[in-house]
Amino acid sequence: MLEWLSDNRASIAAVLILAMIGTFVWSIVIGRRQARLTANDEVFGDPVRTKGGWYWAVCGVSTLFLLWSYYSWGVGRAYFPNAANEMCQIAKLEEAVSPIKAALPIGSRYFKSTLLASRNSDQLDDLEAQLEGTVFVDAEKSELLDVIGQVRELIANSSNPNNMGEEPKAELLRLAERLNELSSYVDAGPIGLAPSDEALAQPKWGTTFTEIPILPITERGMLFDTASVEAAEIAAAFNKIRNKFPANDVLIDDIKTRIDALKEINKSGEFDELERADREGYVKAVERIFKRLDDGLIFPAAALEDVGTAIANLDAAASDAQGGLRYADALFFPGPGIVKSRTQCTEQGPARWLPKPTDVVATFARLANPDVESGGGYRGFPLLWWDWLPIADVVAFFIPDWIADVWPGEYASHGPDGTITPNFKDKLLAFAQGDVSLGYIPMLDGHIWDSLFRVLVALGLGIFLGVPLGLFMGVSRFFKSFFDPLIELYRPVPPLAWAPLILTIFGIHDDGKIFLLFMVAFAIMVISARTGASGVLLSKIRASHSLGASDRQIMWNVILPNAMPEILTGTRIAVGVCWGTLVAAEMLAGTTGVGFIENIARTVSDYELIWVTILIMGILGLVFDLIMRWIIKKTIPWRGMG
Amino acid sequence: MADLVCEDLSMTFTNPQTGAAVHALKDINFTLKKGELLSVLGPSGCGKTTLLNLIAGFINATGGHAKLGGKTIEAPGVERGMVFQQGALFEWLPVSRNVDFGLRMKKNNPEENVRLVERWLDIVGLQGFGDTPTYQLSGGMQQRVALARCLINDPEVILMDEPLGALDALTREKMQSLVLELWKETGKTIMIITHSVEEALLLGERLFVMAPRPGRVHKEYRLPFAERGLKESLREIKHDPYFSEVREEILTMIWDMEEEIMGRA
Repeated sequence: MLEWLSDNRASIAAVLILAMIGTFVWSIVIGRRQARLTANDEVFGDPVRTKGGWYWAVCGVSTLFLLWSYYSWGVGRAYFPNAANEMCQIAKLEEAVSPIKAALPIGSRYFKSTLLASRNSDQLDDLEAQLEGTVFVDAEKSELLDVIGQVRELIANSSNPNNMGEEPKAELLRLAERLNELSSYVDAGPIGLAPSDEALAQPKWGTTFTEIPILPITERGMLFDTASVEAAEIAAAFNKIRNKFPANDVLIDDIKTRIDALKEINKSGEFDELERADREGYVKAVERIFKRLDDGLIFPAAALEDVGTAIANLDAAASDAQGGLRYADALFFPGPGIVKSRTQCTEQGPARWLPKPTDVVATFARLANPDVESGGGYRGFPLLWWDWLPIADVVAFFIPDWIADVWPGEYASHGPDGTITPNFKDKLLAFAQGDVSLGYIPMLDGHIWDSLFRVLVALGLGIFLGVPLGLFMGVSRFFKSFFDPLIELYRPVPPLAWAPLILTIFGIHDDGKIFLLFMVAFAIMVISARTGASGVLLSKIRASHSLGASDRQIMWNVILPNAMPEILTGTRIAVGVCWGTLVAAEMLAGTTGVGFIENIARTVSDYELIWVTILIMGILGLVFDLIMRWIIKKTIPWRGMG
Repeated sequence: MADLVCEDLSMTFTNPQTGAAVHALKDINFTLKKGELLSVLGPSGCGKTTLLNLIAGFINATGGHAKLGGKTIEAPGVERGMVFQQGALFEWLPVSRNVDFGLRMKKNNPEENVRLVERWLDIVGLQGFGDTPTYQLSGGMQQRVALARCLINDPEVILMDEPLGALDALTREKMQSLVLELWKETGKTIMIITHSVEEALLLGERLFVMAPRPGRVHKEYRLPFAERGLKESLREIKHDPYFSEVREEILTMIWDMEEEIMGRA
C-alpha cells in the first residue's frame, strides 16, 4: 500500500493539486458572498470584523499549499512526470558541448583565446615595469627584456590566422562539419529510437535518494541522449586541437633555453638569501606565463568561426527538438532547471531546497515507521514508538549509588574458591545501579519522545522549584532582595550562550540538556509566580486575615490560586522557549532528538529531512501551545474576572 | 461586655522620603456598646478608613489604643469581621467555598460547614447559589456573599468599609434593608464607613461626622432612623422632615469642611 502510494506520488499530487485549486476558488467565492452579507452591519475598526472567516483560512492554507507545490516543482512533476528525465537528457547534451562553448563567446563573454592573450599580455607588461627595480645586473636585465619580448611574439604569432598550420585548420573544419551533422540528426527527430528496458525499469522521479532517473525513458530523451554521446566525442576531439606551427616551435625552444640559462645563474651564483629569492621569483613569474602559452591554446578568432556557427546551429536544433517541453520548463519549473553533474541529474533552483509536499509526506512516513529493522525510524531509532522499559532502570535513576556506599559494612570480596557471595550491601548496590530484574513497564520511545521527555522533565523541575521561590519572592522582602540579583543576572543571558559551558560540564547526555532547559524554565516560572503573588489585591489578603487564616493558609489558599493565571501563562511561555532552546541544544550535541535529526540532515544537505524536522517541531510546538491554552481555559476560568 | 473602646487613638503617617508627618487621626475617644450600629461619615481624607483599619488590626496605632472586650487590638482577628467595598471575594472559589472560608481555615467539621453555609446563604437571600462561581454574580449578590462570609464566623464586631459604595441605587436600598435586618437578627456591633449621608442616617443608630487635619470626631448624633427602618420602608423615612433636617445640617457641615480644605490648599 505504502509502496504503491510512494510510486504513484506524482499522480496523487496531480489529484490533490486539482482539489486544492478547487478549494482555493471555492473559498474565495464563499468569502466574497459572506463579505457582501455582512458589509452593511459593520464599520471599519469594529473588532467583530475579525471574528470567524474560516473560508479565508481555507483560502490561505490552499494558497500556501499551491505555492509550495509550484515552487517545489510539485506541479511540474504532477503533470509532466517525464519532464525531469527529458530535461536531464537535454542537460547531458548541454554538458557535452560545454567545453566547446567555453572556448567560444557563447558559453562566456570572450573567446578563451582572447582572455589568454589579454591576461598574459597584461602580466608581461607588469613584469616589464618591475624589471628596473630588480637586483639583476644590466646584462641580465636586457636578456630578460628580450625573453619577455619573445613571449609577446609567441602570443602575436598564435593570434595571426596566416600562421596557422594546415592540420589544425582542417581538424576544426571537420569538427564543424560533424557538429552540423549532429544538428541535422537532432532536427530529424527521434526516428527509430526506443528507450531501453533498463531505462524503463528505473525508479520514478523523486522516489529514491537519486532524484532523477538518468537513462532516457522517452523517444525525445533518447534523441538527446544519443546526440550527447556524439557531442562528447566532438568536444574531446576539439580539446585535443593545438595551434602549433614551426615558427612558434623554434621560438618556444629558444625561450626555454634562455629561461633555463637564467635559472642556472640564479642557482649557481653567489647571492645572499634575499637576493636569490628575488631573482628566482622574477624568473619563475616569466616562466609561468611562458608555460601557459607554450601548448598552443591561443587560436586566431577567425579560425573558430565555423565551429561557433555550428554550435549555434546545434543550439537552435536542440531548442526546436524540445518542442512543448520548453514551455513546460519555463512555466512549471521555476529556477535554472535541471543540471547534469558527473554522475547524476539534479534539480536546481527552489526545488533544490524546497521538497515537494508529497516527498515530505513520504519521508515522514518512512521516519514514522516504527519498524527499525526494515528501514524505519532514523539511525536505528524510531521517531515515536514504545518499548518495554525495565523498572529497575527507573528505580536506579532515583536511587544514587552512594547510598550503598554509606551503608554500614563492607562489600563482599571473592572467597578462597574464587566465588563471590553477595551480602546485603552488594545487593543494595545492584539495586541502586539497576542491576536487578523488577519486571517491565511500557514506555514511550523514539526521537520525538526523547525531545519531549527533556522538555517535560526540565519544565516539571522549573515549576516545582520556581513557583514556590517566586511566590516567596512576591511576599517577602528578604526573598525578593536576596534572590533578585541572582536571577536577574543569569536570566538575560541567552540560553544558547550557556549551552557550550553546560554541555562541557554535564556531557552530551540528557542531564546537560535538561539542566539547560531547567535554567530557562526556572527563571520564567520564578518571575511569573512572583508577579502573580505580588499582584494580589490587598483587600483579599486583609479579608483572609480577618477570616482567621494563618500566614501559611493565606499562602496556600489565597496567594497561590490568585497567582495561577500568571503561573500558567508563564508555563505557556516556558514551554515555547524550552522547546526552542532544546532543538538548538540538540543541534550542538547529542545522539537522539528532533534537533539531532535536523543537524545530521544539515551535514548531508538532506533538504527533505530538514523540512520534515521543521514541520515536526512546528506541529509539536503548536500542540504544546494548544494543550496549554486548553489547560488555562479549564483551570482558571476566573482569569480577569476578580 | 464586648464593647469596642477607643482611647486617645492617634495615627501619624510619616513620609519616608521627606520625613513629613501627617496626623491622620488624633485623640479619638469613643465607646461602642455591644449591639450598637455606628456609621462614620466625613470628607475625603478625614481618616475614616484609617480608623477602621486600626480597629481591624491591619495597622498599628502610633498613640492610644483600641480595645474590644477589654483586650487591646494588635492584629487582625476573627472576632472583628470585615466587609470591603468590592467584596474582596476569592474568585477561584464558588460561593459556598467563599462563605465557609473562615470555617475551613479553623478546620471546622465539614458537615457542620455545609449546614452553616446553607443557613447563611438563606439569610442573605442566596439560596441555591452555593455552586455558582462568584464572578458570575452581580455586584449586590457579591456583597451578600461577603456579608455571609463575614457573619458565618460569628464575629463580635462587623467592620464595613463603604460596603455599598459600588452598587446601583436600587440594589443599594435593598442591601441597606438587609444590613438592618442582619443587625436586628444577630445583634452584632456594626461599624459602617460610608460616603453617602443618606446611608449614614438610615443605618446609623449612632453617627460620627469626622473632620480632617488632624482626623477627629467632629460631631456625634444619636438617630432613630435605624430602629424605624426595621419596621417602615426606607423610602418613607427619607421623606421624614427630621431626616431632611439632619441631612441638610450634615451636608452643610461636610461642605464647609471641604471648602476649608480647598481654601487651605
